[in-house]
Order: sequence, then structure tokens, then C-alpha cells
Amino acid sequence: MKNTKNNRTIKYKLYSLGALLVTLLILGFLQVNSSQYSYQISILERSAIYAVVAVSMNLLTGFTGLFSLGQAGFMAIGAYIVAILTIPVEQRASVYYVNGISPAIANLQCPFWLALIIAGLVAAGIAALMGIPVLRLKSDYLAIATLGFSEIIRAVIAAPQLDRITNGSYGLKSIPGFPNLFVAFGLCALCILLMVLLINSSYGRVFKAIREDEIAAQAMGLNLFRYKQMAFIISSFFTGIGGGLLAMFMRSIDSKTFSINLTYDILLIVVLGGIGSITGSVLGAFLVTAGREWLRFFDNPLYIGGIQIPLFRSGFRMVVFSILLMVVVLFYSRGIMGNNEFSWAGLGRLVKGIPDRFTKKKQKGDNTL
Amino acid sequence: MLKINDLRVNYGGIEAVKGITFEVPEKNIVTLIGANGAGKSTTLRSIAGLVKPSSGSITFEGQELVGMDTPDIISKGIALVPEGRHVFPDMTVLENIKIGAYLRKDSLEDDINWVYSLFPRLRERSWQLSGTMSGGEQQMLAVARALMSHPKLIMMDEPSLGLAPLIVKDIFSIIKEINKQGVTVLLIEQNANMALHTADMGYVLETGTITLSGTGKELLADESVKAAYLGKKNK
Repeated sequence: MKNTKNNRTIKYKLYSLGALLVTLLILGFLQVNSSQYSYQISILERSAIYAVVAVSMNLLTGFTGLFSLGQAGFMAIGAYIVAILTIPVEQRASVYYVNGISPAIANLQCPFWLALIIAGLVAAGIAALMGIPVLRLKSDYLAIATLGFSEIIRAVIAAPQLDRITNGSYGLKSIPGFPNLFVAFGLCALCILLMVLLINSSYGRVFKAIREDEIAAQAMGLNLFRYKQMAFIISSFFTGIGGGLLAMFMRSIDSKTFSINLTYDILLIVVLGGIGSITGSVLGAFLVTAGREWLRFFDNPLYIGGIQIPLFRSGFRMVVFSILLMVVVLFYSRGIMGNNEFSWAGLGRLVKGIPDRFTKKKQKGDNTL
Repeated sequence: MLKINDLRVNYGGIEAVKGITFEVPEKNIVTLIGANGAGKSTTLRSIAGLVKPSSGSITFEGQELVGMDTPDIISKGIALVPEGRHVFPDMTVLENIKIGAYLRKDSLEDDINWVYSLFPRLRERSWQLSGTMSGGEQQMLAVARALMSHPKLIMMDEPSLGLAPLIVKDIFSIIKEINKQGVTVLLIEQNANMALHTADMGYVLETGTITLSGTGKELLADESVKAAYLGKKNK
């Protein structure tokens, strides 16, 4: 019996290795033909970046039980720092052509990986300061406070007083992009991997304990505030990096990019994927980002027998998208993955379970992997 | 071991505990009994530092606990099994047990085996999500989790709450077993009969004051206790 179990783990390890190889091959193929597939690549890159931010939000909301809506603010911090630190010095005059550039940052330039780390650290530092008053609030109040914070950040960035640093409402452009696909996806994977390691450590157990029952966690002698603060700081660190990656992906940013809608997009991904599931967040990021694009044909006029169907016009895809979301939430009320993680065994059960769903009408299949 | 002197606790304007004094000697089982609202849970919560008393002192092995934070109090060797069990429902039994030992840095292997030997049922259910277990099993888990911090004193808030009589019996025999292994127990109960049979010392709490005290047997024989808690009529 032990032998079969060992065999199975080896088998699953091989599967994982295979999946990794296939992913690398696909990336390699896309890299070689990058000009031909630029549209697909941009969707995948955006999905991967959103996945990083979604997982970091899940770390806070799903694993520690702190409902925060400040993601866009921390992303803005990260994005602006990466932009300011990486725009090539020789192009800065053309970027800051309206207001001129502050001499303090005029010659400040560093490699993108260092800029990303600084972006994360600054976001984490601001989170640490903000956490002291804000983390004493609970549930909805915490969400409102962080939401307000995120809007303040946006307003500060767009403020005329900072024109010579953030370029105010003109935004920043000429941000160097990713050198290649492997760097983009590698960085995203690394961030997610670090968060997975954290969640599976004893700290992760403490975070979950706080989510489940604050009273009991306190009775165990856990210092609630310290761990809430820690989760908030770590989550903000990776959100800041996610913002920096977004800046590298978009090549030009302005304060409107980081409006509240961005937070809602991330929240949507987390809820759709399953609160408390990392693989759910990653899956959700790809489904939501790609889904919006796949549905584009709804925006094009459709003719059937020479008659134009009136519904098919620009904007209709968002209606369809919303309906799809409602359907998903109705049937998978805890998100696609619930709070489970992906496993090959779970996938096997799911595939085997599909015929049962059709044969056993009464039995409600469980919607978890 | 634990001395409480003239403890007063207010919730807003309401005085929940009105100056109580009692003592928990080492290696004993001491019980506080009383009806709802007598101030039993408040007393426990202020020992654990979850509620700040308005006056009075709580000393544990000669050290003042009033004004200390909960994590520091717990690290002194006091464990609290909160009322209504409060297990972490979406975590496995093993994860729950490991959380209990969170303040310790040494190896847990022996202690996990120890609590599993006290509660063989939990070993079988090591990988089950604790929220899916029965009330009695959850109570056992709550006790096991508290024991993982290696307490000198374990405080239990109504361990019999909402459990079937047979399970209550099990829980109390485990409490005795834990005590035999050298852990001092402070027990809060409404089930006066079981509690007084188990305890070395008992205190009766009524609307924030201690009205009676004595050994378990003395209290069981006391007419007013019989009338108020054991449902036996005065003849």
C-alpha cells in the first residue's frame, strides 16, 4: 500500500514537471514569435501580474480575514516608484516636457529588479505606518479606511505640487518593459511562490487562526495586532511589486490607471477564484483578464441574414461578462476553487466525476477540486 | 499558585465582578460555580488579560498579572479553553493542535503524542477539518490545543456546555487525568454536580460576589447549594 502511495506521488511529480515543461515550451514559442502573438502575450502578461496582486490580496482577505480595499493605492506607489527609477535618464526631458523634472530625481536610475524591490519596500513601509491606526478597525470599517487611503494616494500622485516628480496628470511614459517573456512570468511566479511558502509556514497557520476565530487566537497567546500588521505589510509589499510589474507591462502610467476600478478587478478575481485559495486566485486572474478579451466579438456588429442584431454593439461584452459572473457566483458560491488548492488527485477526481454528474441526476456534485 | 484579591471588573457602568478573593493552590482542581451572569467568565477573562479589571490584583506564582498583555500572561504558563470551544473550524485537527504550541520553539513531537494519548479520538481525526467534528470532539480538541502550550495552570470555561451527559462524563474524567499529570485546573461550570464531584475546592459565585466556599464535598452537602444548583428541595 505504501508503495502505491509512493508511486502516486512520483506520478504527480512527473505531471507537475510535465506541466512546467509545457508552460516553458509555450513561453519559448511565444517569445520566438513575439511580434506575431503580441496580443496574446499582452493578455497573458497582464493576467500573470493580476495573479500576483490577487494572491497578495488573498493573503490578507482569504488567509488572515482582513478585508482591505487599498490594492490600487499600493499598486500606484509601486508603479510610480518603478517608473521614476527606471525611465532612461536621456528620455526624461521628453517625459517631463511640461513641468520639468525635479533635480532630486533627474539622474536617479537603477536596474528594474532593484526598482521593483524598492517599490515593494516603500509600499510595505507605508502599509506599516498605515496599519497602526487602521488595523484596529474590523471588517467593513477596515475596507472603507483602506479604500479611502487608496484614493488619497491617487490624489496625491495627481497633485500639482508633485508635478515635477510624478508629472501630475500627464502621467509617466517611456518606462522600459520586460526584457523578455521569461523575466515577466518568472518574476510573477517567484512572487507567488514566496507567498505560497509563507502561507504554508507556521506564520500561515497563525494567519488562518486569526481568520477563523480571533477570540481563540488571542486565548492561545497570539499577538493579534502584530500578526495582522505582518500580513498587511507582506501583502502590501507584493502588491507594490505587482504595481511595479504593471508599470513595466503598460510602459506608460497615469494616476487614473490606479482608480478604485483596479481594486474591484482584483477583488473580482479573488472572489471568483475562491477566497482562501491561491490556485483559485491565479486561475481567476487568467479567466477574468482573458475572458474580457475573448468576449470582444460581442462588441462587433453581428448580421444574421442581412439583419443587424441590435444587441451586438460596443459595450455589450461587459453585459455578457457580468451575466457570466453572476452565473458563476450562483453555482459556485464560494468561488471556483472554494478554499481548496489544485492537486492532480483532485483533478483526477473531477474528471472521473463528470460522467456521474450526468448519470446521477439527484446527487449534487460538489464544486470543489 | 494563583491568587486573586478583591478583583473588580466593570463593563461600562455595570459592575460584573464586585470584589472577589480566592485562591487556586498548586496541583488542585478548583471550580467556580454560579448561574448565568454571576461573573464567572469575566473572572477567567480578566485572569487571561482579555478584560482589564478596574481594581484588585491577580498574582500567578507571586507575579502580578494585572496590566500585562495576553501573550505575556499565556507565556507564564496559563492556558485558557474559551467558552463554546472556539476551535478553528476550517483548519485540521493537527493544525489546531500545533497552533496551541505556537509560543514554544522546541520540538512538538512528544507533546503531540501526549495529547493524542489523552484523546485517542483526535489521533484518528488528525486530518479532519475541526469544524466538521461533533461538539464533544471539538471540546476535546480545545482542551488538547490548550495543553500544547505546556501550561502549569489550565483554565476551562464551561467545558460541559451543550454536550451529552455521557460525553460530559468523559470530559471530566480527562480533566482528572490531566490534573493527575501535574497540571493545576481552574474550572468554571454551571453543571455544579459534576464540577463539585471533580474539584478539590469550590467557590459559589452569585451576581459578582463569592457567597460560599469550601471543598467540593462540603459544597455538595450544603443545603443552599443543593437548592440553587442541584435541584434538590430543602426539606
